[in-house]
Amino acid sequence: MWKKRVSALLLLALAFGVAYFAYDKNGKTDEVSRLETSRFPYKLGLDLSGGTHLVFQADTASLAAGEIADSMSALAEVVERRVNLFGVSEPLVQVEEGGTVGNTEHRLIVELPGVTDVRQAVEMIGKTPTLDFRLVRAGAENMTEEERALATVDDVFLPTGLTGRYLKHATLQFDPTTYAPVVGIEFNDEGGALFAKITKENVGKALGIFLDGSPISTPVIRQEITSKEAVISGDFKLEEAKTLVRNLNYGALPVPISLVSTQTVGATLGEGALYASINAGFIAFIAVALFLIFWYRVPGIVATVALVIYIALNLALFKLIPVTLTSAGIAGFILSLGMAVDANILIFERMKEELRRGLALPEAVKEGFHRAWLSIRDSNSSSIITAVILYYFASTPVVRGFALVFGLGVIVSMFTAITASRTLLMAIGGKGESQTTRFFFGSGAGSGMNPGINSAAAKK
Amino acid sequence: MFIVRHRKFFYALSVLLVILAVLALSVWGLKPGIDFKGGSLVEVEYPLGAWPAIETIKANLDSLNLGAYSVRETGQSGLLVRTGELSPEMHEAVLIELSDKGIRAEEKRFNSIGPVLGREALQKSWISVIMVLIAIVLFITFAFRKVSEPVSSWKYALIAIVALIHDVVIPSGVFAFLGFVAGFETDTLFVTALLVILGFSVHDTIVVFDRVRENLRHDKENKQKKSFENIVGESINQTFVRSVNTSLTTLIAIFVLYLIGPEATRHFALTLIIGIVAGTYSSIFIGSPLLVTVYKWQERQKK
Repeated sequence: MWKKRVSALLLLALAFGVAYFAYDKNGKTDEVSRLETSRFPYKLGLDLSGGTHLVFQADTASLAAGEIADSMSALAEVVERRVNLFGVSEPLVQVEEGGTVGNTEHRLIVELPGVTDVRQAVEMIGKTPTLDFRLVRAGAENMTEEERALATVDDVFLPTGLTGRYLKHATLQFDPTTYAPVVGIEFNDEGGALFAKITKENVGKALGIFLDGSPISTPVIRQEITSKEAVISGDFKLEEAKTLVRNLNYGALPVPISLVSTQTVGATLGEGALYASINAGFIAFIAVALFLIFWYRVPGIVATVALVIYIALNLALFKLIPVTLTSAGIAGFILSLGMAVDANILIFERMKEELRRGLALPEAVKEGFHRAWLSIRDSNSSSIITAVILYYFASTPVVRGFALVFGLGVIVSMFTAITASRTLLMAIGGKGESQTTRFFFGSGAGSGMNPGINSAAAKK
Repeated sequence: MFIVRHRKFFYALSVLLVILAVLALSVWGLKPGIDFKGGSLVEVEYPLGAWPAIETIKANLDSLNLGAYSVRETGQSGLLVRTGELSPEMHEAVLIELSDKGIRAEEKRFNSIGPVLGREALQKSWISVIMVLIAIVLFITFAFRKVSEPVSSWKYALIAIVALIHDVVIPSGVFAFLGFVAGFETDTLFVTALLVILGFSVHDTIVVFDRVRENLRHDKENKQKKSFENIVGESINQTFVRSVNTSLTTLIAIFVLYLIGPEATRHFALTLIIGIVAGTYSSIFIGSPLLVTVYKWQERQKK
């Protein structure tokens, strides 16, 4: 008996520790300071914290199948750097594969907490300084000023295929004679070879350097250049040159992208949803606990304690994993909270039956537990299956967030049922054999009418 | 025993509800939200008391050539605008039109989903529904593989599926009705709710079937030779309180979510409430009595 009591006390102490970990000291007042100070903070989804979720579709048509993965991760890197440059705190950039069956699409997910100006956000991500080199067409050099004004860019220049894709690095340099700022660029091996070939075959011609489709400078090729290096000497101001270097380095997106989905939640709506979710969770817990205590009395209190342990464990897991909490996720948690009680109810109902059959309380607890376990296992399995399928075939991130929390909740509920509920019931249901104990372990509104007690009394 | 004896009455009630739901679904249908068909949704809020007339806003928006769109009042001083997919530039233009005449409209949320993503979400939803159904049939068949007397295990699974269809069709019908009356749209969370109902209902049905399984074994061991009807009736009685109580605690939690939870999950909670009530009803009044009905059919065919 003492052994059981000690293990129950240990369990409670452990649960207290977990609950303390799950509890957020300054969580009530200041979101921001909490997020920054706690070592294991709760991670809130954008629908609760406010911000923008963008989905870009990558156009991979021009890439070979083997190149796609590399290009996509390069894309993610570039976008991430660009987002960081604009000072968004804790942005998320990730590559995702999607698409209908048999048609894989490559996407980039960008989450920007706190950003609600979609247009600005899209501009800062999507604006690519496209760099390319074009040769002046034969005959175009001799155009008159008027002809030149009328001609389109394509009339004058011929694309060479050498673009920002082959750029390895750009640096800010200064012209040794004029001290004017210039931008030095270095190609990668492939680009260097192409550059060497172009310069070799076109000595004496003008090579236009284009940024975002307009020519910056058109130096004349004097000889073959094999050093993989070139210098762009436009009439730059220092700041312009700096910006260009930055954009070239962090700039060129390796894969063209287009925006296919935007979701923006304003900070006030997010905060409102967060408090509504927390309130709903808290009141749901109180309501369920009241019901349990009213209906099951002492076991109801045990179930409530088990429920508190369940909540503490779940919250601790949310922090540790960490789980990004969204409205849908919290809804899943509230749902699992209602369902978590199920295991306890199964055990109690079984226990009562055993009591009715005339078993002594300790045996009734044990038997009730033993017999309920199969049902608990089988019935929870179906919910776990649903959660797993929902998670893997999630149609939207919302659904995935729900499935994760829900599935986790069901698993944790089974765990608390076999650990917490059992230990606690064994510890308090040990010796009592009086009518009162039986009354407190009975249930239902009118105890006198409880057939379990009558038949047990008759047996005596 | 009451339930098994009067099973025809309970069947009739369910059949009536299912017919009504199917009628609602075929007449009005479910209204797909932007999750599935693509499009944009802008929700703005005005300072209290400064709510502009919808006509003014519509006149403003008409200048943008948005194509088909709708404006609906929401909350205490908000507007919800649904349009086709908006580019970031068009989105900004819409916001300017909404803030007309010095009344600043604060944007609360903006969702825009391309038609391709919508189609994909729809397809994925179907896949998950089908996968869940298959998994549940397999699971029940597996769980009841040892019980083949007097009703074979795949029939347990089949009955569970009948109960599942019942539980899913009824909330869908209610949503078709609400879509017609109040413009409720179905989104991916709606499908999720249906799948959760599937899991929950099976969970409930399994507990009763499990009792039937145990009582059958008990009967065999003690050579009591009770009728199958009696065994099922007893099993229902024994699990009745548990079924109702579990559903009650879940309903209490979800009901609180519906009442004071965030707007985003309100329809989700409503779907769950309807589905869980239907699911509890079906596992008590439909699932297990159907076992008896199937058993009687078998007996009749043997003769």
